[in-house]
Amino acid sequence: MTTPAHSALTSADLEHFRQVQRLAYECAETIAGELQPGMTEREAATLQKTWLLDHGVDDWFHQPFAWFGDRTAFRGPVGYKFLGGFNPAFYPGLRRLEEGMPFILDCAPTVQGYTADIGYCGVLGGNRLLDKLMDDLADYRRLILGMAKERRPLSAISQAVDALCEQHGYDPRHKAYPFETLAHRVEKLADDGKKSHLSLFNFGVRNVTELLKDRFKGGQDGWSPIWNSAKSSDHPPTPGLWAVEPHLGFRDVGAKWEELLVITEDDAFWLDEDVPHVRRWQQRGLWRAADRAPV
Amino acid sequence: MMTPQQIVRSGDVELAVYAWGQAHSARPTVVLVHGYPDAASVWRQTAEHLALAHHVVAYDVRGAGRSSSPDHTAAFDLQHLVTDLAAVIDAVSPRRAVHLVAHDWGSIQSWEAVTTSRLQGRIASYTTISGPSLDHAGFWLAQRLRSGAPEDLAAIARQAAHSWYIGIFHLPVLAPSAWTLGLDKLWPGILEKIEGVRADASPTQSRDGSIGVNLYRANIANRVLNPSERRTDVPVQLIFPRGDHFMIPEIWDDLPKWAPNLWRRDTDAGHWVQVSHPKLVADWAAEFIDFVESGHETQALVRARHYARQSGKPCSGKLVVVIGGGAGPGREAALSYAEQGACVVVADLDIQAAERTAELATLLGADAYARRVDVGDGADMELFATWLGRELGAPDIVINSAGTDMAGSFFDSSDQDWARVLDVNLWGVIRGARLFGQQMLDAGKQGHIINVASTGAFTPSATRTVYNTSRAAALMLSDCLRGELAGKGLHVGTVLYQKRGLRPGRVAAAILDAVDNRRDEVVVGMGAVGSRLLGRFLPSLSRRLARLDAAG
Repeated sequence: MTTPAHSALTSADLEHFRQVQRLAYECAETIAGELQPGMTEREAATLQKTWLLDHGVDDWFHQPFAWFGDRTAFRGPVGYKFLGGFNPAFYPGLRRLEEGMPFILDCAPTVQGYTADIGYCGVLGGNRLLDKLMDDLADYRRLILGMAKERRPLSAISQAVDALCEQHGYDPRHKAYPFETLAHRVEKLADDGKKSHLSLFNFGVRNVTELLKDRFKGGQDGWSPIWNSAKSSDHPPTPGLWAVEPHLGFRDVGAKWEELLVITEDDAFWLDEDVPHVRRWQQRGLWRAADRAPV
Repeated sequence: MMTPQQIVRSGDVELAVYAWGQAHSARPTVVLVHGYPDAASVWRQTAEHLALAHHVVAYDVRGAGRSSSPDHTAAFDLQHLVTDLAAVIDAVSPRRAVHLVAHDWGSIQSWEAVTTSRLQGRIASYTTISGPSLDHAGFWLAQRLRSGAPEDLAAIARQAAHSWYIGIFHLPVLAPSAWTLGLDKLWPGILEKIEGVRADASPTQSRDGSIGVNLYRANIANRVLNPSERRTDVPVQLIFPRGDHFMIPEIWDDLPKWAPNLWRRDTDAGHWVQVSHPKLVADWAAEFIDFVESGHETQALVRARHYARQSGKPCSGKLVVVIGGGAGPGREAALSYAEQGACVVVADLDIQAAERTAELATLLGADAYARRVDVGDGADMELFATWLGRELGAPDIVINSAGTDMAGSFFDSSDQDWARVLDVNLWGVIRGARLFGQQMLDAGKQGHIINVASTGAFTPSATRTVYNTSRAAALMLSDCLRGELAGKGLHVGTVLYQKRGLRPGRVAAAILDAVDNRRDEVVVGMGAVGSRLLGRFLPSLSRRLARLDAAG
């Protein structure tokens, strides 16, 4: 297996990626604070989009998504997996937010060629099921990193995630994403200085093109830019950046986080430890000192 | 024929009082109040059970049995009835508060007793059966009429359909004379036909029936149409017989508002539950009384207390045991029942898996317990059943979803392999059905035993001799047992599913379907249905296909 040519990321590159990821999480936290009962998913998505454009975003991996209520667990049409998971119900709809309803905000902005892809969940008021799901999501972050450091095949890591879901009694709802994606590649784009770039069906053309190029090249070199439980992911972690997004569902409640995992030739680490879900686990006493990656 | 132990005067009425067991400092006094058209004799069997550890008193309400009757209808109003009860309590337990157990009209007047000042501090606990406070009923009716919501109006219509006789009882002459013109002789037969209750013919039946009509005339219209707010802090245990022809479950929906110290237990019985299930009523009354006296709340009462607060779900008050509930269909079934309001007990060889299921069930709002049980171990199963019976009582639904797999050549299977597989897959089912079936029968439950297995039970295979043989035996066991239990109200169902490519949730849905619709057998999955049909209609082909296993 050869290393993808553009996986040679400098520490300056990583710092840029980190800044964009922080910007994306800041957007999610800000908009989450502005959500009101009666708002629709589309309004929540537009709020994120406007905020990001106001903060220098010039392209997307995908434009912001928002899911409310049982749509967080991908119940109903949004969960249909025909057409490989590409299905219009995936897009923000007219579902209105109510008290006690869980929500997920998911945005993937690009700034000057550096892309982030994050997922953020919360609830208006309180929801015990959501709390439990969000607590348990810590186990997945540990599991994925640990196995990636051991350089276990990506399909084996994904299968271990499936097994942990079964043990927990949860549905692995990331299997409703296109290609049952647990994670996907994110590449550095050229900074062409333009203020905006073309999107088709809410996906940024440049980022998707990179994914397709990876798919083509990876096909020759024996790796896949889509990380799932299938045979195509039966290879050691490929150096570069992976947007990892385990998404759990239990009854009508879904929860996820999404962040960038950095894979090098001989190691793996999360791009940033200072993310909202880790801060939440720290506050709740669910995050041990040992979980903190050496900086 | 019972003989009064003493006669107590209440105003110008004389009340016949009966007693069982000795009054004693260590023995609390229990007062039983009967309904209409009964007399104290309706409590005879219950009283005998209770008297083993309590001083038990029952009396004929004014106008019934051997008590005298006032000469005008107004003297049957609730105030007079409470005065009577107070007179009896003062006579039989002058210093110590008593525990009330009351049924039907006895329960209606006891609600009056626990919510008025006359008997404050004199009643330590109250077990109520099939008789709401008329004031509570009045508010219940008024609130639903005001709301006008379709489901509320439907509830009123249903309760009205169950209360038809109240109108009849207001007809002049006709109602009382029916009792003197022969209804009294027919009454035991009617009870047996409609209620399935075998009651002793009462020598005073004609008088109890005809004079007792005054209870309705003196109180119903007054109270129901013009209710006042009546609350009590006395601990109240509500026993609700699900088969009561005179009461709909919704009538109790608002009760926690009026009686916040509330425990509730449901049972599969008709209106005269103390006649059909005297031991059950005595046991539940005694458990509650002991709790109020000692402060020790049993697990069953904890469950009853939670149930009182969250009734109204389809399976509220039901106890569901899932063996093999740590994973797969068993876990999904446990969670489905938790969502429907049942209390679930999750048993599994893997205690951590069982605890996880119980934790999720708790998050869904249910009471849940996890136990480590090895179904292949008879002693272990007995311990489990004993624990269950002691702590939570007999289950309503038992799902046996435990199993162990084995594949390979018959000639490679050792005696130990056979013993292991048969222990779990066959003996587990035998023991579960025996232990829990007996508990259900003893408690008079119209319960369900559901055995879950794969299609191996009826599909010959060259490579699964051990496993399929064990499942086939368990399937026959279910079919035979169903025959034996048919007349006793217990239902035995089998859920058979194909192991490959089926979500556990689909199997769980089949388990719920088997229970809800009392199905003998539910086969889940296209492959499973195909293989069932093949085995039925083309058995020779089914046997030929078994050879392919060896080739493949």
